[in-house]
Amino acid sequence: MKALVFERNLARFAASRLASAVAGTGHGVAVGPLELLEVDPPSLPGPGWVRLEPRLAGICGSDLATLDGRSSRYFEHLVSFPFVPGHEIVGDVRGGALDGRRAVLEPVLGCEARGIAPLCAACAGGHKGACERIAFGSLAPGLQTGYCTDTGGGWSAGLVAHESQLHEVPEAFSDEAAVMVEPAACAVHAACSTAPPSSASVIVIGAGTLGLCTVAALRHFCLPGTLVAAAKHPEQRRLARDLGADHVVEPAEVKRAARRVSGSLALATDGRIDRLAGGVDVVYDCVGSPESLEQALAIVRPGGDIVLVGMPGVTKVDLAPLWQREVHLRGAYAYGSETRPEGPRSTFALAFELVAAAGLERLVSAAYPLDRYEEAVAHAGAAGRRGSVKIVFDLRRPSRGRKPTEEAE
Amino acid sequence: MSPRPGFVLEVDRSTPQTLFWRGESFGLERLPVGSRVIYGPEPLPALRDPDAAIRHALDHPLGDSAPLRTLLHAGMKLTVAFDDISLPLPPMKSPDVRQRVIEAVLDLAAEAGVDDVVLIAALALHRRMTDDELRHALGTRVFDAFAPHGLLLQHDAEDPSNIVHLGQTDEGEDVELNKRAVESDLLVYVNINLVAMDGGHKSVATGLASYKSLKHHHNVRTMRASKSFMDRHHSELHTSNWRMGKLIAAAGVRIFQIETTLNTDTFPAEMRFLQRREWEWTARDRATFYASSKALDRTPPEVARRIFHSVKAPHDLTSVQAGEVGAVHDQTLEHVFRQQIVPVQGQTDILTMGLPYICPYNVNSIMNPILVACLGLGYFFNLYRGRPLVREGGVVIMSHPTPWAFNPVHHPSYIDFFEQVLSETTDMLEVESKFEAAFATDPWYIHLYRTSYAYHGVHPLYMWYWCAHALEHVGKVIIVGGDRAAVRRLGFSPASTLADALEMASDVVGRDPSITHLHTPPLLIADVQ
Repeated sequence: MKALVFERNLARFAASRLASAVAGTGHGVAVGPLELLEVDPPSLPGPGWVRLEPRLAGICGSDLATLDGRSSRYFEHLVSFPFVPGHEIVGDVRGGALDGRRAVLEPVLGCEARGIAPLCAACAGGHKGACERIAFGSLAPGLQTGYCTDTGGGWSAGLVAHESQLHEVPEAFSDEAAVMVEPAACAVHAACSTAPPSSASVIVIGAGTLGLCTVAALRHFCLPGTLVAAAKHPEQRRLARDLGADHVVEPAEVKRAARRVSGSLALATDGRIDRLAGGVDVVYDCVGSPESLEQALAIVRPGGDIVLVGMPGVTKVDLAPLWQREVHLRGAYAYGSETRPEGPRSTFALAFELVAAAGLERLVSAAYPLDRYEEAVAHAGAAGRRGSVKIVFDLRRPSRGRKPTEEAE
Repeated sequence: MSPRPGFVLEVDRSTPQTLFWRGESFGLERLPVGSRVIYGPEPLPALRDPDAAIRHALDHPLGDSAPLRTLLHAGMKLTVAFDDISLPLPPMKSPDVRQRVIEAVLDLAAEAGVDDVVLIAALALHRRMTDDELRHALGTRVFDAFAPHGLLLQHDAEDPSNIVHLGQTDEGEDVELNKRAVESDLLVYVNINLVAMDGGHKSVATGLASYKSLKHHHNVRTMRASKSFMDRHHSELHTSNWRMGKLIAAAGVRIFQIETTLNTDTFPAEMRFLQRREWEWTARDRATFYASSKALDRTPPEVARRIFHSVKAPHDLTSVQAGEVGAVHDQTLEHVFRQQIVPVQGQTDILTMGLPYICPYNVNSIMNPILVACLGLGYFFNLYRGRPLVREGGVVIMSHPTPWAFNPVHHPSYIDFFEQVLSETTDMLEVESKFEAAFATDPWYIHLYRTSYAYHGVHPLYMWYWCAHALEHVGKVIIVGGDRAAVRRLGFSPASTLADALEMASDVVGRDPSITHLHTPPLLIADVQ
């Protein structure tokens, strides 16, 4: 079968880093260690495992960081090579209780998938994203499907999945809606694990897939007092407004917008705001760059929360304001179980609800076949500039009643 | 030879091209045959001895006021308030008329042995003046005598310890004024009446007031009911100020009003062609025009801005009157109208105007998009008496680069208003009901207004309201040569050329519209029959 395979090749990894630095995000793939190969399907690791044939598989920001050689060395012990990327997947199940049904993959490879018993404390508590054993058990290391050599990944004709990872897709869901469930679940977790109160002022920095889904999740589940989105590109701004932001501003306007919605004083040089004396209650950093974190630190109130939703890397940032203002900086990774007024709910269940309610399938902007992967990744790297959001690989075969979707822009 | 009155030119085939201001630049445009161009009267002659005229006015007051020298005595508390940086435009060459008048007042005060004297710049909600600006307005002698001793103040509308509530007018309008001014035995107000809107009871009731007081007449309803600001008997803005003036007098505040009028000699000799009629340009004028307009087109905007803001107008004093507010102002208006009135027969379908680099709120600063709107629709549109120059449902075409640029020191709340409010709504009433309170009470804006050089937080909303009458009246507003995004943010239509703008206007006023160009500056008031 066809699969895009990512090898451990330090020279090509370095080349991809250089290429992306010169040509921009998404351009590392041409010289990097990703190749389209004919490979054998992965073996079923054991009982409870089934085959999954992807229909659509998304390209995520963390995938781009990996392909561009920009991912943190922190992950060195949490991946195993070679691996097939792709963790945002809707596909057809072959085997097990869901045989023949469509399912979305919850890609975290926690204790249950790894055959570890008893479960670690996090998995036992339903917080799979915080699993302590992602490098142990019966599988090779890999924090998620798409980074583990044993499971395969979504950018291929087939992978294996543990039944505990699968969520059946309701009939009414299109494939495009279903492929948005995983990124939506990340946003749901970010929103619900912080749960800003209804009086809170909240700013979401970044309006790629995660940023837009976070805006939608906050509007749907949390109803903050004021929700501001910082979006760089016109289409992102339009979508952010549509998905429920009260105010949408350009990144350069964030400090002024934060000052105005918080009614804060500001410290300025020649009229230009350096940072706020007060600030907003919660900042969701959906970019994960040093600049976005610095911006977040400049606009969050003393004692406020900064939630890192976008995947950061090695970051140099002045933490003096974090210390002096007792700001809470925390990450929001993956999913598991969320505390809701009605009781604990699976993040994925909430994500299905959000995708349907907010119409997140509209965020799928273009689909490419696997053999045009360089174009697809370059498009994903320039999605904002090109008026796009989520770029996916289309692996549907004509025999399933669907022709492969060419670029859908 | 006495100055020629203003007149209305009808454009024919032999009419030379017409000057249009475009911010920090200007150019010539060929108006369609049959268009009208309104030129203001030539500058009136200066008073031969302005200092003597000032002394005469102080000794021969109007109305029921006694001569100033008889009102001054040792042991009294005297406050002299004066118009701020927004007047005159452009700032005048030294000595500024405020310096002349205040020196004369202070001479009398010294003769009378008055030693408790404070000067106050009547800022209302405008930005504070810099020391250099104060020194220019008052002269070095006055500045050095008062500023180092803390006796030269700038009105602080947000200092609750220095604001006094005098009561409410019959219409329920709160009147809050500067405490020092109210508690003085005599308040002398020194005004520059550049346009008919200035002066009268507006000087004190607005210039020394608080937001709580100002909001009663700086609002959408009042602006829409002021037709026009230049015609005080048909201006609700002025009617409200007059009511407040009555209450101020009844509260025992004793005001000695000194009003001055200037001629329309607006530009120094090397730029004088800008106020001449084009067909009378000399070869030297034409050469200067071409050289300067070409040079300005190649000059970075910030450099051009610096050049223009260094221009000092050669304005001369044409009258000075002092005494009781109402009597003084009536005579002042006669002088203003004598200088600026131009009779115009009938309205027009399309009104064109070239907007210059300066308005009352961007002296030494950037004319941001809100101020462009305010200058065109708040000021120039209102330069009429009788009926608006443009008919109801007509089109206003303005030329200005309208840069998406702001001075963050002077106009911090303007940036937020433009980027965060006008992006949401341009509707006057919605802006007023949804956003005014937040902008007016925002602690950062208040801090910057009080301690830096920032206009008050609510000021950009007021400037937007200033356009209310025009926007209710006209069918379309087009800006030629403006930044397209900025023009659209204002809710107007951008056009690349005047020809394009006229074509766009035809959608509203038809294929054969009447066109009138307001040839200003220099300032004029169209008396529309």
